[in-house]
Amino acid sequence: MDNIIELHGINKAYGEKIKTQVLHDINLSFEAGSFNSIIGASGSGKSTLLNIIGTLDKPTSGQLYINKRRTENMTKDELAELRNRTIGFIFQFHYLLPEFTAKENILMPYLINHFKPSKEVLSWTDQLIELVGIEKVAHNRATDMSGGQQQRAAIARALINKPPLVLADEPTGNLDSESSENVYNTMRKVNEEYGTTFIIITHDQRIAEKTDRIVEIKDGRIGLDIRR
Amino acid sequence: MRLAFKIALRFLLSGKNQTILIALGIAVGVAVQVFIGSLIQGLQLSLVEKTIGNSSQITITSGSGDKIIRSWERVVYEAGISSKAIRNISPSVDASAFLEYEDGSEPILVRGFRLADADDIYGISGGLYDGKLPQRKDEAIIGRDLAEKLEVEINERVNLVTPLGGVVKLMVTGLYDLGVSAVNKSWLITNLETAQDIFGLDDGITSVEMQVDEVFNADNLARQVNNTLSDSRLIVDNWKDQNKQLLSGLSGQSLSSYMIQVFVLVAVLLGISSVLAISVVQRSKQLGILKAMGIKDRDASLIFVFQGLLLGVIGGVLGILLGIGLLLMFTAFAVNPDGSPVVPVFISYPFLVVSGLFAISAAVFASLIPARLSSRLNPIEVIKNG
Repeated sequence: MDNIIELHGINKAYGEKIKTQVLHDINLSFEAGSFNSIIGASGSGKSTLLNIIGTLDKPTSGQLYINKRRTENMTKDELAELRNRTIGFIFQFHYLLPEFTAKENILMPYLINHFKPSKEVLSWTDQLIELVGIEKVAHNRATDMSGGQQQRAAIARALINKPPLVLADEPTGNLDSESSENVYNTMRKVNEEYGTTFIIITHDQRIAEKTDRIVEIKDGRIGLDIRR
Repeated sequence: MRLAFKIALRFLLSGKNQTILIALGIAVGVAVQVFIGSLIQGLQLSLVEKTIGNSSQITITSGSGDKIIRSWERVVYEAGISSKAIRNISPSVDASAFLEYEDGSEPILVRGFRLADADDIYGISGGLYDGKLPQRKDEAIIGRDLAEKLEVEINERVNLVTPLGGVVKLMVTGLYDLGVSAVNKSWLITNLETAQDIFGLDDGITSVEMQVDEVFNADNLARQVNNTLSDSRLIVDNWKDQNKQLLSGLSGQSLSSYMIQVFVLVAVLLGISSVLAISVVQRSKQLGILKAMGIKDRDASLIFVFQGLLLGVIGGVLGILLGIGLLLMFTAFAVNPDGSPVVPVFISYPFLVVSGLFAISAAVFASLIPARLSSRLNPIEVIKNG
């Protein structure tokens, strides 16, 4: 399989006068269609790594290739478009827009680059709503849903543009174990059905163990890289 | 763009109290602007109307030595074709003379008119309170103040002494009050033939008077008249050149009214800008995730420009309605003893539209600062802190 993400010599340092090196010369790649987890202590740099992969943050040095395209010379608008088409984001907090209903939130990434949703997209939205199991609350405002439902709506939102890559930063961090299980199953189902690549940061040992590959980040370096 | 508009609308609807507050703020600003603007405009129009409404606004006189216009029919015709905005053209013979009475004599101004024409300018028949207009030769009417001083009543004869010493007997057929004491005190109004005869002008006259449709355009129209006249010795005057002080008073008043309006607008602008800037902070989570999902900076800032636009439209419309309400209340409650409003209010639709458009553009302008903040917002900051 081809690599969807390739990192070459990624360094990241914060601060002007006193530099704090967060990532040290990371070389890493992820295969398309794989289901990966990143683990590590808090402050190890794993979230920074995920943000760099998602082009939300820029590395101090090194190259990031997404689908074989170099990203460091892209403009902000080009990156925005790349994110919109290629990457779905799931965060620890759902970040649904409280002014909109669940369904409208799910459609949001599509509407960013389209004037109006087509019939196919609307039916895809309904499929996603069914897939994540929030049919009953699809027309509720984001604030009128349970934590688990909100997070599952956020997953559906991440998938609306059928991105080849989904980045999830502790997607189950705020959920009880039953909801966590549910969210994991949903992501796995999407991975198997649509071949979507997942890179998931998690603290949850049980979830990490179920993934195909576990990358451990330790003090800004790759500690373990276990494939199954 | 459509999404930005949709999000803007939802943001406004979901923060209803905040939206109502800003819209009211804009509305009050616009209302004050409409109220003050209309009041000052009404004040000026009534002042101008009182000052020059019943007088000649453009006057043609002769530049030749004897001050006589001989072929005046032609002048009247040429003035008439020079512009459609010119009306009430009236030839007149003006000359100083004295009226004799028991104890002495009174300096007066003889004004010989074609009465039907002059009536349109001066409203003579409306001001006539006793008797009738002169109809035959050697008939005249005089003003209230002069009649009281000379103790003359209608159908009495008066002796008119010309500067050259000639004496003419005139029959007073009527008494008028034109509302200006200088006129009531000194004008003796008669027909053209009588005046021409008294002063030996044959068929000549001394001036052609006229009014215009737009009084503040009188100077331009006067220039147009001047260009049309074939006799280059004629002199064309207009009221604006003759009333420089009144005009500078009026423009001073306008200026102070503009100043008030500008400061009101600035206050409104700062209000909108600060509330919207706060709302960028309030919505930073939403903006952050939208950016992560790939909304472009331009669209992210458009959300706030649209909010400014919508607020401007709502506030502008509300403000115009509120302003009209205020004006109607003012005309209903601030009245003279006779029931007429203290200041006749003048509501001009173009002015209302301009005020509304001003409010909308101010609101859009005010939204540029929050729009910039929104455009600069880095999603990573929001997501990190979340």
